[in-house]
Amino acid sequence: MIDWVWLAGHLDAIVYRTWQHVYLAALGVAIGFAISFVLALVAARYRLLYSPISALAGILYTIPSLALFAALISITGFSVVTAEVPLVMYTLVILVRNIVAGLDGVPAEVLEAADGMGYTRRQRLWRVELPLAVPLIVAGLRLATVSTIGLVTITATISDAFGGLGYFILDGYHRLTFLTEMYAGALPSILLALGADLLFVRVQRRVTPWAQARALEASS
Amino acid sequence: MPEQAAHRAAIVEYQHVSKSYATAKLPRSAPGAVNDLSLTVPAGKICVLVGPSGCGKTTSLKMVNRLIEPTSGRILIDGADVAGRDATELRREIGYVIQQVGLFPHQTVGANVAVVPRLLGWPAARQRERAEELLALVGLDPALYRDRFPAQLSGGERQRVGVARALAADPPLMLMDEPFGAVDPIVRERLQNEFLRLQAELAKTILFVTHDIDEAIKMGDLVAVMQAGGHLEQFAPPAEILAAPASEFVADFVGADRGLKRLSLTRVGEMALQPVVTARAGDPAGEARARTFADPFPYLLLLDPSDRPLGWVNQRHIPGTGTLARSLATPMSPLLDRRTTLKDALSMMLDADVQTGIVVDRAGRLRGVLTVEAIAAALRPSADPEVIAAGTSGAGS
Ligand SMILES: Nc1ncnc2c1ncn2[C@@H]1O[C@H](COP(=O)(O)OP(=O)(O)O)[C@@H](O)[C@H]1O
Ligand SMILES: [Mg+2]
Repeated sequence: MIDWVWLAGHLDAIVYRTWQHVYLAALGVAIGFAISFVLALVAARYRLLYSPISALAGILYTIPSLALFAALISITGFSVVTAEVPLVMYTLVILVRNIVAGLDGVPAEVLEAADGMGYTRRQRLWRVELPLAVPLIVAGLRLATVSTIGLVTITATISDAFGGLGYFILDGYHRLTFLTEMYAGALPSILLALGADLLFVRVQRRVTPWAQARALEASS
Repeated sequence: MPEQAAHRAAIVEYQHVSKSYATAKLPRSAPGAVNDLSLTVPAGKICVLVGPSGCGKTTSLKMVNRLIEPTSGRILIDGADVAGRDATELRREIGYVIQQVGLFPHQTVGANVAVVPRLLGWPAARQRERAEELLALVGLDPALYRDRFPAQLSGGERQRVGVARALAADPPLMLMDEPFGAVDPIVRERLQNEFLRLQAELAKTILFVTHDIDEAIKMGDLVAVMQAGGHLEQFAPPAEILAAPASEFVADFVGADRGLKRLSLTRVGEMALQPVVTARAGDPAGEARARTFADPFPYLLLLDPSDRPLGWVNQRHIPGTGTLARSLATPMSPLLDRRTTLKDALSMMLDADVQTGIVVDRAGRLRGVLTVEAIAAALRPSADPEVIAAGTSGAGS
């Protein structure tokens, strides 16, 4: 059933594609986060802009990825930009909404106390609002990362140069369903997604000891 | 140096201050939240703004640290118009306590208390030192509480941390908006008493908002009674508010039990205490017995060698010979100190089902006793002048 000889001969390729997968996903989430962060701060500061920003992100999310690749190839060619633009676009809707929700979730009395103590607006944002939004921000990153890891596989449709582990899935399919190769792509990408999920759960605990204290308190 | 601020208290003046929230949507027909408020809070006093919900207390308070800007009028702190100050800088010089406390959930208790020193750029070691000093001041063991998060505190502990945080940079003025409103009555009572004890040492100028007239009478050196629409109805020491309400509204708001409320204005230290027959444990019993029978009160108060009360001994239980054993003493009346209010004293006596409270000094040594009759006498109309005079002696006007 499993072609062990093929596997043994392609270990290097599997390792390379795994790293490519991680790289493409991480780049997409990182750029997506940077853009979302700015958009969310703007939306939180100027409430009127929140609906249009959120709606725009929602519309971007609905564009089918294959159609997007096709459209982008004519502009950015077979470059990494073509692969990353859709990945980044799909993270926006999750990240913008979570960051704004995180900022919105800061209790009014905490903001009032911060103002009353003499925080400037900027100090309040960086030292009070954002730290308190961290749980929702990390939750957004977790969701965005896991879904981006899934999406990276379809960048294989652009060219052999992309796709991460998705390359094996597509290539195996083209070889009239060479299952060993398809598994060599599918299994590690599932593991990557699970691993990323677990990693974020731990990061979450690590960076919000105060929320853990609350959870402990609630359970006791 | 921040230390220079120590023991400085500010004078706060409202000069014809009005605030209307009228906007395009809420046009002029909307009544003002605060209406031509003028009053002066002397340095080092607690001024309580009291009135029904929505009468403009919070608005009045927040105009002092410019969380709200007045529509007209001026507020002066030590003669300087707050409108001319940088709002952020101004707020760092004014302590601020709110009902919901608003501790920062992501910071430890120690970091919460050191918020303003941190904003002011104090060295880290000094911040830490100050936070510990303040936690101890509000009755929280720094070793135990410093590293906890707010979620791990009870409501009363949170309020204490809120007060400590407001005191951190030793501000000459504190604004407190229903600071003890979110805790149960027993904890509230304790926090009030502790705060009064603190204030006796700190002598800050305090603007204190409450909707509870009892709290106003208890906490205030001066009480400003406000009515819906932000009108000031009366501004006077609490005894005067109780004895001579300026309007129907004030009389109603203060309530029909004004007489009883006066009890909370007089402290045990202002009353003439009665002597009582005493003896130390180990004294000759026969002599003590004779003295007790010569006194109309049928009990002897047994003291330890430092004059601290041990308990009552019924005169019939005193042996004719030998010495007085500690074991003769039966459970005690409540112990009162100079700062206990007559209301609390009476309530403690009723709870303990006794007629007499034992008054002790700071070291726990006997000063005398106070009886229920003496308290009743203080309530009688003929006793008014003294009581009122005594009650107001602490309040400057
Ligand atoms: N931001 C605001 N916008 C409009 N009206 C307000 C606002 N804040 C308070 N008010 C109104 O002003 C009045 C006084 O409010 P407030 O000062 O909070 O009263 P209090 O503290 O005595 O309960 C109330 O009628 C309230 O509804
Ligand atoms: Mg209020």
